[in-house]
Amino acid sequence: MTSVAVPAPHVAAAAHAKTGLWSWITTVDHKRIGILYFVTAFIFFLAGGIEATMMRIQLAAPNATFVDARTFNALFTMHGTTMVFLALMPLSAAFFNFVVPLQLGARDVAFPRLNAFSYWVFLLGGLFLNSSWLFKAAPDTGWFGYANLTSKTFSPGHAVDFWMLGLQILGIASLAAAFNFIVTILNLRAPGMTFMRMPIFCWMTLVTSFLIILAFPVITVALVLLMFDRFTGTSFFVPAGGGDPVLWQHLFWIFGHPEVYILILPAMGIVSEVLPTFSRKPLFGYPFVVYSGLFIGILGFGVWSHHMFSVGLGPIADSVFAITTMLIAIPTGVKIFNWIATLWGGHIRPTTAFHFAVGFIAMFILGGLSGIEHASPPADLQQTDTYFVVAHFHYVLFGGTILGIFAGIYYWFPKVTGRLLSEGLGKIHFWLTMLGFNLTFFPMHLLGLWGMPRRIYTYDKGLGFDTLNLVCTIGAFVLVISTLVFIVNMLKSIRGGKPSGPDPWDARTIEWSIPSPPPEYNFAEIPTIEHRDDLWERKRSGKGPYPQPANAHVHMPNPSYWPLVTAIGILLFFIGLMLSIYLAIFGFVFTAFGIYRWAFEPAG
Amino acid sequence: MPSLPHPFRRLSFWGCLGLALLLAGCHAFPQNTLDPSTDFGWQTHKLFTDILWWEVGIFVLVEGALVLALLRFTRKRKGAGEPEQVHGNTGIEVAWTLAPALILVFIGVPTVMTIFRTQAPPPKDSLKIEVIGHQWWWEFRYPEYGIVTANEVHVQRGRPVHFEMTSADIIHSFWIPRLGGKRDVIPTRTNHLWMTPEKLGVIPGQCAEFCGTSHANMRLHAVVNTPVDFAAWVRAEQDTLPPPKDDSLAVQGAALFVNPAKLCTTCHTINGVSNGVVGPNLTHVGSRRYIAAGLLANTPDNLAKWISNPPGVKPGALMPVVGVTPDEARALAAYLTSRK
Amino acid sequence: MATAAAAADHHYTTTGLNSRKMLFWTFLGSECMFFGSLISTYLVYKNHSTTGPYPHEVLNIPLTSISAFVLLMSSLTMVLALAGVQRDRIGQAKLWLAATAFLGMIFIGNQVYEFHHFVTSEGLTLQKNLFGASFFVLTGFHGAHVTVGVIWLLSLLIMAFSGKLSSKNSLDVEIAGLYWHFVDIVWIGIFTLIYLIQ
Repeated sequence: MTSVAVPAPHVAAAAHAKTGLWSWITTVDHKRIGILYFVTAFIFFLAGGIEATMMRIQLAAPNATFVDARTFNALFTMHGTTMVFLALMPLSAAFFNFVVPLQLGARDVAFPRLNAFSYWVFLLGGLFLNSSWLFKAAPDTGWFGYANLTSKTFSPGHAVDFWMLGLQILGIASLAAAFNFIVTILNLRAPGMTFMRMPIFCWMTLVTSFLIILAFPVITVALVLLMFDRFTGTSFFVPAGGGDPVLWQHLFWIFGHPEVYILILPAMGIVSEVLPTFSRKPLFGYPFVVYSGLFIGILGFGVWSHHMFSVGLGPIADSVFAITTMLIAIPTGVKIFNWIATLWGGHIRPTTAFHFAVGFIAMFILGGLSGIEHASPPADLQQTDTYFVVAHFHYVLFGGTILGIFAGIYYWFPKVTGRLLSEGLGKIHFWLTMLGFNLTFFPMHLLGLWGMPRRIYTYDKGLGFDTLNLVCTIGAFVLVISTLVFIVNMLKSIRGGKPSGPDPWDARTIEWSIPSPPPEYNFAEIPTIEHRDDLWERKRSGKGPYPQPANAHVHMPNPSYWPLVTAIGILLFFIGLMLSIYLAIFGFVFTAFGIYRWAFEPAG
Repeated sequence: MPSLPHPFRRLSFWGCLGLALLLAGCHAFPQNTLDPSTDFGWQTHKLFTDILWWEVGIFVLVEGALVLALLRFTRKRKGAGEPEQVHGNTGIEVAWTLAPALILVFIGVPTVMTIFRTQAPPPKDSLKIEVIGHQWWWEFRYPEYGIVTANEVHVQRGRPVHFEMTSADIIHSFWIPRLGGKRDVIPTRTNHLWMTPEKLGVIPGQCAEFCGTSHANMRLHAVVNTPVDFAAWVRAEQDTLPPPKDDSLAVQGAALFVNPAKLCTTCHTINGVSNGVVGPNLTHVGSRRYIAAGLLANTPDNLAKWISNPPGVKPGALMPVVGVTPDEARALAAYLTSRK
Repeated sequence: MATAAAAADHHYTTTGLNSRKMLFWTFLGSECMFFGSLISTYLVYKNHSTTGPYPHEVLNIPLTSISAFVLLMSSLTMVLALAGVQRDRIGQAKLWLAATAFLGMIFIGNQVYEFHHFVTSEGLTLQKNLFGASFFVLTGFHGAHVTVGVIWLLSLLIMAFSGKLSSKNSLDVEIAGLYWHFVDIVWIGIFTLIYLIQ
């Protein structure tokens, strides 16, 4: 491209509004899409939290009547589905969106409109799923919807339909995003950024994206088979017609196990960025952390039946899956040891982001240890489907993923907004979270061992469950308070926080070399990379800042509303499957129309 | 099968038991998995505690290293210069890859051995009991004795019991924690679980796979009898009771029971009186300790309450409100109580 | 060695591979898992039907072999179409695009005939047994994919007739070709596992 001498980078794009609702609706800017993901996902996180708090109130005492059985069953179903698909995954996506292009030295993701499309489909899918509450048809068969409870015979009505179709919609969003991020990470790295010089968060995003594209189609098929059973009367999972409910479990968990690695790897990536910055030394064993991530991803497809140890698959299957499950503990442990070695010998600056990253390690270790108990099928027969496993997965998903995400929020908030979150409020948030989290979930290990199954809306007195359940509920309220502290911190700091400048943490990766918040085009000139942690090396070598020529010609994509139109078509199609074949046909045609206009739109 | 762990591990066993009892307090926790009372339960419990000790060690080491690093290396004063930019150490990576692998061998080998031992075919002289899960109650059949009962399963101390299990509708899970681990009951398959009970008593359990509205209310009890008591129970169950004679309320109830308008005979079997198979067999319901699948103590008042409004007691219950007056409910309760 | 100037080039990619093509390959990866799961379901339920009709009673190998051959030939015509576009011989491109779409339509026609025959003459429906369910869902999704492909090809044909196709945007045809070959390969898998190995 030829250079044109202008005083500032000339953004070659049709004039379009930068503010206002329409600019957000048509945005294809990865930074804005990241913010949209974050705000939406956080609201769903609060919804999931409210669902959890209601459950905890019901379980605070034996034989309580705060909510009835059906409501409770819907609460735990929606809590799980919301937290997994509408909160944790999109919160990770918020970071993929905002951070990855900046860390790679790119102007945007490879396919900006596809990126916007992923967000809109996610939003509409989440709204669709939650609209079920309004129709008194909230799904109530658990987040993993085991057949044949989900058949039309045992779940008449639309509750399961909302769950089944909602997940299909959300699957499309996740797949589209994953395709986009794989291409972005493979193809849009700055010159000189070989794979082993790439920030570790980008590595984890890459592995996560591969997991998504390989795992989601399997649950898509499982849900398709369920759709056929419920809508057309086939017997894929109906015993009377020869179907096998256990097939659902296999298909679901072949997706479901990689899904939990999809949930944890991004947070591990965040922790792997935060710890080196605040220890002021590089990530110890970077290649080993990378290989561990790869190994976890691959092996993650070989452990699924450890969710099925009580099904009676036979001693050989049980043994094989026990061994593969134990094997996966090894790369997980390697990561933990490398994090600790990163801290070792460092000059630690204990910022709030750092606190949450350390909290992640401490809590994830506990979650991993309870996981090892589960890996042994005979021991697991006492633990599966009890509060012990509820404790396990909350330690890894809350103590792990959520704490990791908070670390990421406190770390990258300055880059997004140009302001720092309050460290004082942040520390209060952290300690209240640690207190509330452990109060809520540690006792659940004991409750499970004492014989309390999961997914029960009440329990009898005289079983010894009373006191600890009350403790868990108190912990839940502490978590509510900690969340409020965080919300206050966010709201105060967005406008009133201390200005951060481009590099408040004296960090290591190149997103900290550009202004906070970054300009629309991110980098006036794409930097040339010579090292891992290139910014740190550059700062220490005295080379000066990256060249920011005034005469660069920058080409940014046009905004577009076709991603939203296509997303609406998809929503109408799935609603139509539930309600009316005519609406489904209309939705299909509308989607095709959206795709055509999208394909032939000048990209700008 | 020895009921106590190998003498070698006695110290570890007593230590674990002490810990377990400290945590468990025996009778305060009737569904306590840490208080097994069968060989099967002991084997899996031993695996649990062995793994637990490894985990305590790992926890102390790793969390300790974390805390130590934080304490030692948190910056005490600013401007202390850069720490050494250590990138890694291949030797240490190999070491801390192999060490966990080794520990996992110590966990994996006993695991696989226990899997095969506990899933071996049951002994030939086992007491075979067929278990059929329903929404939301448990059916038990004793083919050896021709007995069909529900929700309360009698077994004999010292005699291996072999549960052969399936479901009539959807997936449930059979779990009596103090007898041992759970096994799902699945409509297309037959699963097997066997164990030898060692302690007498009434041992509660509940369904452990979410199965709909009243999953929480699908409870059951195992009653471990001495051989003499067990034989007596079998004889009582095999008896066909004559219709009630002396108790006028029970006589009324008997008539109501067979009244088609009350629908009882559509779903329930009382030997010699009716043979409905949708609901539990009620031939000797009077001798059970609980009704409605472990939900209510078996008293006339509770029976009347249940009969009057089953979904009110157990949300979603498939037993309908048939429309009985309070007097009719009491009469039916008296009749059923007489079926011991 | 990559430089800032190279990065400023519109078409610069770190791997040297076109991004749209790479995106499409990731999509095909997910499609492998999609069809793999459907095929696995079919195989798991093979011999599990509680009632007939059974595969050996209804599957018409000779007819299906012909339609498999037709689809295979359509991959050849697809390659020829791409060659035409890449060499700016748009007349050739139009011919071979039309041929590919036409062969695809023959394949679909045969599928429609087969489905119709099964339902009306053999009594094999979705609901009849597990064979019906897993067969129709699997081959139905494949047929839907072929249909989407035919529509895609016809769009390209229209573009060609509108003068909008040339070697400059041959990538559009190349990606359509990738899709078409994938759909063909899936059929080879289905044909082998369902029709030939019984």
